[in-house]
Amino acid sequence: MLMTNLKAATAALAFAAAPAAADVDLQFYFPVAVGGAAAETIQSLTDQYVAEHEGVAIEAVYTGSYQDTVAKALTAARGGNAPQLSVILSTDLFTLLDEDLIQPFDTFATSAEDKDWLASFYPAFMENSQTGGKTYGIPFQRSTPVLYWNKEAFKAAGLDPETPPATWDEMVEMGKKLTVRDASGNVTQWGVRIPSSGFPYWLFQGLTTQNDVILANAEGNEVHFDDPKVVEALDYLVDLSKSHEVMAPGIIEWGATPKAFFEGQAAMMWTTTGNLTNVRDNAPFDFGVGMLPAHLRRGAPTGGGNFYLFKDASEEQARAAFDFVKWISEPEQSAKWTMATGYVAPRPETWETETMKAYAAEFPAVLVARDQLEHAVAELSTYENQRVTSIFNDALAAAITGQKSSQEALKDAQAQADAILKPYR
Amino acid sequence: MLRTRGWIEAWLLLVPGFVFLIAFTHVPALVTIWNSFFTTPRGRRPARWAGLENYETLLSDPTFWKVLKNNALYAAGTIPLSIGIALVMALWVNRQLAGRGLVRMAYFTPTVLPMIAVANIWMFFYTPGFGLIDQIGAALGLGQTNILGSADTALWGVMVVTIWKEAGFFMIFYLAALQTIPPSLVEAARIEGAGGWTIFRRITLPLLMPTTLFVSINAVVNSFRMVDHIFILTGGGPDNASSLLLFYIYEVAFRFWDTAYGATLTVVLLAFLMILAIGQFVLFDRRVHYR
Repeated sequence: MLMTNLKAATAALAFAAAPAAADVDLQFYFPVAVGGAAAETIQSLTDQYVAEHEGVAIEAVYTGSYQDTVAKALTAARGGNAPQLSVILSTDLFTLLDEDLIQPFDTFATSAEDKDWLASFYPAFMENSQTGGKTYGIPFQRSTPVLYWNKEAFKAAGLDPETPPATWDEMVEMGKKLTVRDASGNVTQWGVRIPSSGFPYWLFQGLTTQNDVILANAEGNEVHFDDPKVVEALDYLVDLSKSHEVMAPGIIEWGATPKAFFEGQAAMMWTTTGNLTNVRDNAPFDFGVGMLPAHLRRGAPTGGGNFYLFKDASEEQARAAFDFVKWISEPEQSAKWTMATGYVAPRPETWETETMKAYAAEFPAVLVARDQLEHAVAELSTYENQRVTSIFNDALAAAITGQKSSQEALKDAQAQADAILKPYR
Repeated sequence: MLRTRGWIEAWLLLVPGFVFLIAFTHVPALVTIWNSFFTTPRGRRPARWAGLENYETLLSDPTFWKVLKNNALYAAGTIPLSIGIALVMALWVNRQLAGRGLVRMAYFTPTVLPMIAVANIWMFFYTPGFGLIDQIGAALGLGQTNILGSADTALWGVMVVTIWKEAGFFMIFYLAALQTIPPSLVEAARIEGAGGWTIFRRITLPLLMPTTLFVSINAVVNSFRMVDHIFILTGGGPDNASSLLLFYIYEVAFRFWDTAYGATLTVVLLAFLMILAIGQFVLFDRRVHYR
């Protein structure tokens, strides 16, 4: 431990003393969206790479949230100062293509080994990373929503603490038992919490997938917001608070959700696997992690960020960036990253390492997200993605807060989205 | 000769100010107006002349009308209240009372805090279930609230934070103005037999008019300008219920990257602020007593 620290320190020192020694300079933007040691881990992995590879200097720049990161990358690119590499939401693929900022990884994956590497990721993660037969994103900080449940609350409600709800109906049924009211009828513990602030579409996409409907086509120019199955899914979500009264009414804060779970405000919550380490460290009770309940099928969206290779990079820089991405996705590095955050390691090989096996044996919850991947679909992503999802989010919010019926809200959203996507067809 | 030199000197002294004003205010404003007549350039499609297309989009954009309505409500709700509270607080701490310094500081504290910090503090008040409001409510046997998560109350929640933040700032101006009112005027009025209310209405208030003008212009500008807290509190939601014009401009320009439409919205904002500022000067000027 001391040796590695020392080595890293000397490397860093040598590096600081002679920056000109590096033949290739890279700048790399990364966002942090969850609690835990995400930023430190990225920094230390980058340092390790630089220490092990002579002639390459990588400046890892923490750029705020996902939103901030894409905004900064776009602004920098417009100023002719784009980073060579950035982690950006997988769903921003079409936006980045539209801005003509990124290049496919295929260009640099010429050897058979590199091609195998490109094919080595879970297909569910690649759905959001490829279009037109090219790979533009390499999965890195990827997640999927899962169900967390409070085993003590389950026991107190007379439910089996080891069995989470497997279907929509079961979730309502259990939710009713888990919703606790005080003497004056005020709720002290809600059955379930599906946060709806900021980007409600993501968790909602869990419901639509379970109802066996896909929200957008692979070309990113067509959406199916007003499909009857989507309406049905939204009705279910609205009814959780409206008619079943197992979830708090109104918009539910995403950020406060883990805290509400720790405080016993909700007995079950839907949130990202990226929160796994956070929940493990902070939940004052025994908790379980399960797949989202099924309806017509099992299902969940994937989410999170990919590596993108920017076009402005010189040939040398792009090669170095490619090599760095390849290195960081290797099982050893990937395992470190997954253990530090809870993000799903995007390649099956990582799960075969001794480190990961030992970790999973001790903390089996990490396997849930991986196993759910076979049921997962691409996260909603279209051209003008931010705008189209924002329309969809507004529609969901309008239905959740009772401003419009599900049918009406989604019909309006479809019309608006169609108007925006028309030029891309 | 001497005259010319005087002119040159005057202009030279003005140059630094002009350069900054032109570079950072006038040129960007003109460029914004110019950009609003083009489409948004994308990497694959350069900008093209759009004429009034962006303005037509604006007129038929329901979100624009919604944020405009919200902004009107927000202004009508925050401006008079924050000024009124500021005046009351200033009158209160202008008299002799125990711990005056402490009270003044307490009133002024919100102003010193950055808006983002303020919003985070209020987040802690508002959070359903375990926020301060709900904790107090629970002790009184009331149910959970979800102020920021309901379309009917989100904007009000945001307005309360603004008033809380602004009143202390305006109080300082009133306090300074109150201390410049000569005590002899009040004494003279007392001798004439005027009561407290009459003194306030006939002496204090008129003498505070220049301050009220200044403060109200500031308040109007702020009601269009202060949106930092919305990012933290509601993100403009639910369904744009708490979104304001400037927040919407930010969303359009820097989240949707539709810079041309963002420019169009900015032109509208500019026009509003200009009309309001001019209107205020004209309207108030007649009733303001400068000394």
